[in-house]
Amino acid sequence: MPLITYREAIRHALAEELTRDPNVVVMGEEVAQFNGAYKVTEGLLEKFGPKRIVDTPISEAGFIGLGLGASMLGIRPVMELMFWSFYSVAFDQVLNNAANVRYMSGGQINCPIVIRGPANGGTNVGATHSHTPENVLASHPGVKVVVPSTAYDAKGLLKSAIRDNDPVMFLENTILYGDKGEVPAEEYLIPLGLADVKRAGTDLTIVTYGRPVILSLAAAEVLQKEHNLSVEIVDLRSIRPLDIDTVLASVRKTHRVLVVEEQKPFCGVGAQLTYMIQHEAFDDLDGPIARLCTIDAPAIYSPPVEAEQLPNARRIIEAALATVAGSQ
Amino acid sequence: MKDEASAPSADHRQAPINAALDRGQKLGLYRTMVRIRRFEERSLRAYQAKKIGGFLHLYIGQEAVAAGCCSLMGKNDHVITAYRDHGHAIAVGMELPPLMAELYGKVTGCSKGKGGSMHFFDPARNYWGGHGIVGGQIPLGTGLAYALKYRGLKGAVMAFMGDGAVNQGAVHEAYNLAALWELPIVFVIENNGYSMGTSQQRSSAGELAKRAEGYDMPWGQCNGHDVYEVRATMDKFLTLARERSRPSTVEIDTYRYRGHSVADPDNTYRTKGEIEEYRRTKDPLQVFQTALRAEGVLDDALTESIDAEARAESDHAADFAEASPFPTVADIQQDVYWETDNPAERKSQGRLFFN
Ligand SMILES: Cc1ncc(C[n+]2csc(CCOP(=O)(O)OP(=O)(O)O)c2C)c(N)n1
Ligand SMILES: [Mg+2]
Repeated sequence: MPLITYREAIRHALAEELTRDPNVVVMGEEVAQFNGAYKVTEGLLEKFGPKRIVDTPISEAGFIGLGLGASMLGIRPVMELMFWSFYSVAFDQVLNNAANVRYMSGGQINCPIVIRGPANGGTNVGATHSHTPENVLASHPGVKVVVPSTAYDAKGLLKSAIRDNDPVMFLENTILYGDKGEVPAEEYLIPLGLADVKRAGTDLTIVTYGRPVILSLAAAEVLQKEHNLSVEIVDLRSIRPLDIDTVLASVRKTHRVLVVEEQKPFCGVGAQLTYMIQHEAFDDLDGPIARLCTIDAPAIYSPPVEAEQLPNARRIIEAALATVAGSQ
Repeated sequence: MKDEASAPSADHRQAPINAALDRGQKLGLYRTMVRIRRFEERSLRAYQAKKIGGFLHLYIGQEAVAAGCCSLMGKNDHVITAYRDHGHAIAVGMELPPLMAELYGKVTGCSKGKGGSMHFFDPARNYWGGHGIVGGQIPLGTGLAYALKYRGLKGAVMAFMGDGAVNQGAVHEAYNLAALWELPIVFVIENNGYSMGTSQQRSSAGELAKRAEGYDMPWGQCNGHDVYEVRATMDKFLTLARERSRPSTVEIDTYRYRGHSVADPDNTYRTKGEIEEYRRTKDPLQVFQTALRAEGVLDDALTESIDAEARAESDHAADFAEASPFPTVADIQQDVYWETDNPAERKSQGRLFFN
């Protein structure tokens, strides 16, 4: 299978869907002539022209709202946020309008829009540019939320998101854009709401998504080699819909759970997961469910310290060992 | 650039778009205005009888704006507005029973009891709501215009807002996008002089419609109590949108008789005399009735029967609403996702609801 980057995988998904459906439009700041702030959309303008690949002014409330209005009338816009952090200035459009229009119209209106862009810390850009709003988004019924960790997943999930008739929030990661992975040349789709066991194990389940999947895989190698601990890693891939069944199946196998997330702890995705796991698999647990989150403060700039604020392989190893020790 | 062709001196009845109206169409226009008023008066009584929850923003006094604008709609013309949305809904042709039922929170309501007074929708009639956040609907309307242009359809969007909404950032972002991309839209400011209890003077610097100049958009102003004037003015700007895909802003002066909503006792920011003066000299129903009588279109008997029919229709709508069932608790989780409402076509897996 060809090895391509996460960035290329997203680009290929866009190109395939632009080719397949003339109503798909890619829109955002710098997506066309500049080739994308993170080069995700590189070459698309040349291939599809300015009607399909549209540069917008710096006007998130305006253009996200515009995309949404267009989606009500049959267009399938894929909107790029240069950073998901900028959703705050379009909050009303994303979470009052996209999330609620179908409901308030009694199901008469659909909003098949995708809003995508990177949502991560770890790049030393300070608190304004490091938000991870998947929990905020997922707490709004009406929208779907997807956070891919690999090139393969990013492509298959984005294609499904574009074909979805509900609004889908697609959260990427600038640190992963350059990561390579095997992606088949032939077309494939990955359904939203299907988790993926990225590593099989017997002693501990790590439930995670996004870049912490990659970090957890590295940590699992060390835990196996140095501590003889067999870790199973469940990558949620999609936050809403949520594949809790795959999580529970893993818990029933290992009986110990650590949730790893690049989220602040308060009302993070892990808080919901923890509740669901204890509620539905209480008797299968050998100990309390543990959570490893971003340290609870705005994102710090200082580069070496930011690396410690986020989940990293060392912190995951420590948390995994503590989880296992605590449940013996 | 201000468009001066609709100066107050012009005889709007002679404008081609009005001269072309036959007797039946004129009566239809009048009937729409009367139906809006009687519907809302009936809804106010229902509110006072505690049949309706939440807010109720009445349009009474502004009827000629929605009736005039929406009477110009063709197949590919679309409307979106704010929460003071009953008049536009009736003007695009929605039936009164589902509107009243929506106010009553009944499952037979136009939004199945899920939207309420502020959130009427009827996409089949090109009516896209009904939006509760001041100014939030304006980018959506701009997107409707984007879709028209993208799909090569010859039509125009009318995106309505109040005078208070013009101070929202989202409105200005939409102005810029519409002008930059030459989208077929008319931004309609229904200037009733107040945003809640704050007069235009106390909220807004400069002339409202003139802000369009900053975006190189043509703009106009007109009186909203004369339905002929509304039509004559809007026709020009709608034609500009449909024929040349040029956006514009039109400010229509109007007035609301009732408080901002039923929660407004209406005793802090204006005088009763001000309301009475408007009612006496500019009531849109009265103004049009007088004009139609002078034209020989209306007489006492017909005026009386149109009014009686509108009252009966409103009473019937209230009876329908009263007799209809409420949605069930199970209905709460319907209409959230297209996919869960269409399970046979669902592609995703996993849980979409968490209780
Ligand atoms: C963003 C936002 N802020 C405040 C409100 C509360 N509110 C509802 S209507 C209104 C006044 C708006 O006045 P205007 O735009 O002139 O419209 P009108 O009510 O006169 O039709 C206010 C303050 C709101 N719904 N949304
Ligand atoms: Mg007002």
